[in-house]
Amino acid sequence: MSPQTDSGSFVLLRLAERRFAVAAGDIAELVAPSRIFRFPHHTKDIEGVILRRGRIVPVCDVAARLIGKNLRSRRFYLIAQRRYPTGTEWIALPVTGDCELISAEMIPASEADLPHVSGWLSHDGDVIEVLDLNALTPGPIVAQPNAPEEALQQEAHS
Amino acid sequence: MRLPIPPKAPPVRTEQIILFRVSGQLFAVSSASVQEVRSVDTLAGAAREIAQAGIRKVRHTVQRGEHLFYVVNGAMHFDLPPFAPALVFVLRRTRTALLVDGIEKMTTMTRLQALPQAFCNDERDWYRGVTAIDQTVVPVVKPEGFLTPDELFLLDSSVEPKESETEIAADASSAPPSVFEGESFHPPGTIDPAGLPQ
Repeated sequence: MSPQTDSGSFVLLRLAERRFAVAAGDIAELVAPSRIFRFPHHTKDIEGVILRRGRIVPVCDVAARLIGKNLRSRRFYLIAQRRYPTGTEWIALPVTGDCELISAEMIPASEADLPHVSGWLSHDGDVIEVLDLNALTPGPIVAQPNAPEEALQQEAHS
Repeated sequence: MRLPIPPKAPPVRTEQIILFRVSGQLFAVSSASVQEVRSVDTLAGAAREIAQAGIRKVRHTVQRGEHLFYVVNGAMHFDLPPFAPALVFVLRRTRTALLVDGIEKMTTMTRLQALPQAFCNDERDWYRGVTAIDQTVVPVVKPEGFLTPDELFLLDSSVEPKESETEIAADASSAPPSVFEGESFHPPGTIDPAGLPQ
């Protein structure tokens, strides 16, 4: 039996030698690098913010998590939409090369995959991770009312 | 036939802010939150050292009227490199006196944007939000974010009551003139408001 697939449009982005995919519906635009404004904070992976169309957009360098090293140079910022419990906000992802819009079949991620992987797709002979930006980029930690650990504790006490 | 008068556009809400630097980094604070600005030199005589507070960013207290303020080193609070502070902001409705490099200018903010939710750590307590001034993004500090209730409890327990009582008496008689009080500048010869860059 072949695995269930979801067909859709994806944007391929490049980080050094590797390519990753993001659902096209989550992408706002691709822009040239602009000045990053930095101010003190303690959130890992956030470099600073850029000004874009009157909005203040955080720049999140996900390269260290995805390819194990920070980017030395960047060619564009991929502006993506990040969903939070209270709404959607833009986030800028530095990329090192052109991006490409493709249509492909996605194989959903399995339990063995990392949390930031929402699926896999095959393109030009490569198997490419489809990224879950909600898991990949920082955001407020939402308390789960019935988290598995809590459920286990309740079970142990019953 | 008379045309109906178009409704007036609501006036843009603005807020006076002070742009200041800590260790070279630019920040903003609402001028309504600043009760007093003093030069560090004029404050030196009135400040008392805290023996063992356990909070690195606070080494001194200063008495202003009936209230004891904890002097917070802005660079340590924001994890910035050490600097030689020139001014101290006594922050209204808090117990914080903030050491800063200096004032960049006073200006008006027309829009305060919430801190993007991607920022999800201590900075959410530090900043009210961010604003764009002259094509630069500046974080707007939250005056009550410099000391947490736990830190205040720890500091209160390390300051003896007798010490604060004696400071009140000393303060009433020997406090040097303030550079800035409330929302308007006073001309005590330290900083001329006209000389502040706008």
